[in-house]
Formats: sequence, structure tokens, C-alpha cells
Amino acid sequence: MADIQVLVKELVNKYGTKREALIPILQGVVASERYLSSEAMIEIAKELDISAAEVYGTATFYSFLETVPRGKYVIRICRTIVCEMNGKKDVLKILEEILKIKVGETTMDKKFSLLETNCIGWCHQGPAMLINDEVYSQLTSDKVREIIQDYIRNK
Amino acid sequence: MENLINLTIDGIDVQVERGKSILEAAKIANVRIPTLCHHDDLCVAGNCRVCVVEVIGRPRLEASCAVPAEDGMKVLTSTPKVRTARKDIVSLLVAEHNTQCTTCYRSTNCELQSLSAEYNIDNDDYISVLKPQKPIDKSSWSVEKDDSKCVRCQRCVRTCAELQHVNALTASGKGNHMKISTFLELPMNDVVCTNCGQCITHCPTGALTERRYYSDIWEAIGDPTKHVIINTAPSVRVGLGEMLGFPIGTRVTGKMVTALKKMGFDSVLDTDFTADLTIIEEGSEFLQRLEDALVHKKQVALPMLTSCSPGWVKFIEHMYPNHLDHLSTCKSPQQMFGALAKTYYAEKMGIKPENIVSVAGMPCAAKKFEANRPEMKSSGYQDVDCGLTTRELGHMIKQSGLDFTNLQESHFDSLMGESTGAAVIFGATGGVMEAALRTVYELITGRPVPFENLNIVPVRGLEGIKEASVKLENCLPKYSFLEGVEARFAVAHGLKNARIIMDQIAKGESPYHFIEVMACPGGCIGGGGQPIPTNNAIRRKRIEAIYAEDEGLAKRKSHDNEELKKLYQDFLKEPLGHKSHKLLHTKYRKRNRY
Ligand code: SF4
Ligand code: SF4
Ligand code: SF4
Ligand code: FES
Repeated sequence: MADIQVLVKELVNKYGTKREALIPILQGVVASERYLSSEAMIEIAKELDISAAEVYGTATFYSFLETVPRGKYVIRICRTIVCEMNGKKDVLKILEEILKIKVGETTMDKKFSLLETNCIGWCHQGPAMLINDEVYSQLTSDKVREIIQDYIRNK
Repeated sequence: MENLINLTIDGIDVQVERGKSILEAAKIANVRIPTLCHHDDLCVAGNCRVCVVEVIGRPRLEASCAVPAEDGMKVLTSTPKVRTARKDIVSLLVAEHNTQCTTCYRSTNCELQSLSAEYNIDNDDYISVLKPQKPIDKSSWSVEKDDSKCVRCQRCVRTCAELQHVNALTASGKGNHMKISTFLELPMNDVVCTNCGQCITHCPTGALTERRYYSDIWEAIGDPTKHVIINTAPSVRVGLGEMLGFPIGTRVTGKMVTALKKMGFDSVLDTDFTADLTIIEEGSEFLQRLEDALVHKKQVALPMLTSCSPGWVKFIEHMYPNHLDHLSTCKSPQQMFGALAKTYYAEKMGIKPENIVSVAGMPCAAKKFEANRPEMKSSGYQDVDCGLTTRELGHMIKQSGLDFTNLQESHFDSLMGESTGAAVIFGATGGVMEAALRTVYELITGRPVPFENLNIVPVRGLEGIKEASVKLENCLPKYSFLEGVEARFAVAHGLKNARIIMDQIAKGESPYHFIEVMACPGGCIGGGGQPIPTNNAIRRKRIEAIYAEDEGLAKRKSHDNEELKKLYQDFLKEPLGHKSHKLLHTKYRKRNRY
């Protein structure tokens, strides 16, 4: 059995094969693989006896269930209106400058991906972003530069 | 009765069962509320809000399709507030729509277009937010998908899931990124789509359409070196009228034949001829399987499954690839016709097969795919050059400028134009089984099937799975091995019901000997190529027309077809013979399950 089959099987043993097991299984795969490959989605569809399109439709609905490979560090900058008004555009510009990628892309060394996300609940300290599970708020151009440099050098 | 509640709609008192929606109550009160995402065949989605109404005492407008009627409710369906809201909703849909009605196949038959017209949408109210367009997906032989015309009502997704249990379509992404997708956005041709076309007939707009080939046909008709023949399926004659101004359920057989002749087809023939042939071949195959099982104690797959619905065939190839041996090896009537057109017909008429263009007029989207299956070249040429839907035929007749309503009636041409009532009922769910029983029972016992006036009523109607059984007694000597056997039959329509039948077979628990399956709800009369809209009320009327056509024919058993007898005499020699095997039977293939 391929690794992904083993992983899905383990998750199915844990969560069952009912339709409501789909989300925890998807989360489980993302937790260990960082994204849902087509093989993973097909495997899940088989185990739950649902169509692959249904798995794909569910996965694409959720911002944190990736269906394409991403870098080691996924940067998600909040795109909602409060962050937007607090200077998200400048922050994004700096990110794109340092990383030399645009929103939706991944760096050549597969270390960073840059994405936008809906509200992450930090409106009072916007603009805010996530790097994987870590929150960074009240961002300024300088602060962003520092954070990213730290990731580049030390992580 | 406590289960009934009273409310008023625009001041009209109505009484409905508890649990019914405001929309359903309005229908009873004869008040029309516009809808878009709602479809009688499907579960409630409540996502378009076109159907909003005012309920007195409630602060917000309510979506009438999704909100249950309540006792004492006072509903207003046409206040200024309601009208403004509806107009805004439709305007917003138009603002993100690739409004190209002049070049759109669904123009004059589009729900968005008629709503826009009804509410007099002013294009200047909202700026266009049309997204950059992806190319139209034309990968499939049957279904074309144009996201720029999609209103995201999800009727297609619900159709593919609820009616067909295929789930080839899904909604991906969310919010303004939501779109109708396949697995990984793969082209339609690469996914588990069966080509049934039900999503097309349930789509309110031009976002999903059949792939159209009628320009090629006009071209061929205009080419003097080509002999262009068409055969039309039973469901076309009871559906076509809807495209041309006749009430639902009108039989237009004779006018249709006249129109096709006037349009320049060199010969107008009847798919029913090969439907009768299918019965002879498939009936013989069924008896052969029984004999193999009972007398020769061979391992044969039973129950046998009918194979004339190409959407169903592709469904089983994807979903139950290990059970393909249950499918009858008979080709569909369309493909039998094609194989004979370029052999038997060509020979008899003295026309070179390479000069024949063989067209099939079908109620079906999947037949386009079927015509292009690589297996379907047994005449040495592509057996069927082109499958057209009832809708395409309707368009062609309109283009021809004929005054269809006042056309004289005429008869199908010969050769291969004769048919019986048994073939006509192929169009309705249960029809193939009924036709088969009319012949098989008589083959076995030498007596007509023991149902009044040959009408095998238990297999008729819109129930999802129907059953019938006959006890075989006083069999002819050749079939003495069947003496006393209680033969059991089932009929399923809509792939949702096909799945139930197949799950039984997969578990080895199927109690039947012979099962008819049609991919589309109602059978071919509700096919993916039939006029839009379709719902159960419309299906019933088309079915009535089919049985009326059957009752009106002198011959109602396939084995009484004279032209067919001649075909066996002069050409095929015997059912399941060498020629039949080569031309009329086929093989199936395993396809990807996901
Ligand atoms: S889908 Fe309807 S509204 Fe859109 S272009 Fe076609 S006819 Fe017009
Ligand atoms: S043609 Fe049938 S199977 Fe294919 S997507 Fe449409 S409804 Fe589903
Ligand atoms: S493709 Fe048609 S049925 Fe499907 S969501 Fe779009 S408009 Fe609705
Ligand atoms: S028809 Fe009621 S919400 Fe769409």
C-alpha cells in the first residue's frame, strides 16, 4: 500500500466512513501532508464511497484545506475590509517584493507560499497575517521585512 | 384535520398540508411566483432568492421555495418591495452574466432571459462584473459546459447527485469564487459523467447544453453525392411538438416525417424497426442465458440487464466494472440501425456505404457519445455518423421555414421503416421489458402474454423500481426446461434506482432474471435531449402519448414486423447468428471509478 493509502486508512479507522467523517479526514491528511493530492482525494472518496468530485468540492470550500502543493510556510494575509483599510496593500507589496512571488504562488525553493484568506478574527489589530498557525498582527512594512528575514535565516 | 393549515396568499384563502412551502401553497392558490434555483424534481436549495415574498409581521423578505407555509400566514407576492428586490436580484445575476442572447443556444428557452424580460432589467443599474472567461469545455461528445452563462443555481449538481447518483459535478470554492466544477476541474470527458444530459435539461440557462452537430447535417444534405438518411426514436415523436407550438403530449409522428422529407433527407426511417430487432436479439439472448444456466449448467451472468440506454451503459462501466457480464451484448437500436444502414440497406438500395450519412434523431445526449465509441464501426465505417437531439431537430425544422402546424402527415419510408407498438413503447420506462415479454412469452409458450390486451401494466408508470413476474406453464417442447418457472422482472429508471438494482446484484441478492434500466427518469421520454423543461407532469403526458401510439398500431409485437422477418430471411439468417454477432452485438469496457 502506498503511504497515502496507509494514512487515509488510519484516519478512516479513527473517524469512520460516514459523510461527517469527511472534514476530519481531510484535515488529518493536510496536517501530515500539507495538502490534498489527487491520489489522497480519490483514496478518501473510495473509503467513504462518495464521488471524487464531492471530496474536491468540499476541500475547495475551506481555505485551510489545500488542494495544490504549498511551501513549508504558508503565509495567509487577511483580505477582509478592516485589514484592507489598515494598510494590507502595502504589506502585501512588501511580501511580494521580498519573496518574489505573487498571491497564489510558491517560491522556487518551496519554502514559502503566499495566499489571501478571509477574516481570521484579528480585525482590532489589522493588518494581520498567518504563517502556518502563527498570527502576526499590526503589521507594517518594516515589521513584515523582519519577520520574513527571520524565517529565511533561522527556520 | 390538524395536518392541514390555512393561510392567505395575496388575499386568497388556501389550505395546504403542514410542511408545504409558501411556493407550493401559492401554486394551489393559482398565484405564480417566479423562481430560478427551484426545480420540481430536486430538493430545495434556496440560493437564488428570486422567489422572495413578503410575509406580514416578518421583518425580512422570505424565499418562498424554502420557507414552510404556516397557519394564519398572510403572504404578499407582488408588493413594490418584493418587485424591487426581485429586480435587483435578477440585475445582479445579469451583471455577472455573459449576456450573449443573440448567439446563445438557449435563447427563447432560458429562465434568466425570461426573468430579465419580465422585470425589464436595465443594464445600467449595475456595472458588469463578468469574470475573465475560461474557454467553453467541449471535451465531451455530449455535454458542453460554458461557465460564463452559469447562474450558480446548482440545479445541475443536485440533478447529478439526487436523480443520477453520479456526482460528476460539484460546487467548488466559495463566495464569489464558487463555480460548478468536476473533480480537479478536469474536462467533462475525463470524469465519471455518463453523458445522460439530465443536467442539461435541468439547467435554466445556456451554461450546459448538448454538443450540437446539426450544421454538419445541413452540409451533408446539401451535398449531392451524399445519401443522407435519418431514423427517429419513439420519444422524439411525442416530444418534438413541444418545440413547435403543440401542447405537451401531442403525437406529431406524421408531420415530423413530412418535415424531414421536405428538409431533404433522402430517406426518413424509424428507429423502431431496430427496436423490434433488439427485442428479437435480446429476447433470444435471454433465452440462451436461461438455457445455458438451467440445461447446460454453465456459469452465466443472471439477471440479464438491458443495454439500450448508453448513459446507463457508461454508468455501469464506471461504477460497477466487475459486473459488465450482466449487460446484454445487444447494441442499442440506434447502433443496430447504423450497422445495418451501411450494410443491409446499402446493399438493397444499391448505394455505396461510404456515400451514406446516417443520422439518428434521439431524445438523448448520451447517444452522441455512443455513436462515437470506437466499438461502433462494425459496418467498416462509423455506423452512426451523427446523433441529434429532439431539440436540435426542432431547431432544424424551424430553420427550414416549414409551416409545421399545417403539414400533411406521411409515413416512414422503407427499407427499415416498419415498426410495431412494441417498439414504440421503448420510449417509456418499462417499455423495453413489456415489449420483450410480449415476444419472449410467446416464443416460450406459443401463446400471447397473459395480460389484458397485451398491456403489461405493472411495469408502466413513474415508480422508481417496478416489478412483474409470470409463471411459465405449458411451454413448447423446445423450452420445456422452463416449465413451472416463475420468471421475475424488474424495471428501473433514473440512475439513482439503477444503483439500487446494481447493489443487489453486486451482493448476489438480486431476485430477478431480467432487468430493464434506463438512465433517465421516466425513460427516453424524459431523456437529456428532450425539450426543456421536463418534470413529472410533463413526463406523464409524454408517456400517455407513447401508449396511445402503441394502442393505435395494428401490430403490437416485435416478432410480427414483416420487414424484420425479411431482414432475417435475406440477410441475418437467424437471431444470434454469425452476422448478428458481428453487426448487432458489442463489448463493454471497464472505466475509471473516480
Ligand atoms: S443563458 Fe440565457 S440570458 Fe444567458 S446568453 Fe443565453 S439566453 Fe441569454
Ligand atoms: S450528463 Fe448526467 S452524469 Fe454527466 S454531469 Fe450531467 S447529470 Fe451528471
Ligand atoms: S450550470 Fe446551469 S444548472 Fe448548473 S449551476 Fe450553472 S446555471 Fe445552474
Ligand atoms: S427559487 Fe427560491 S431561492 Fe431560488
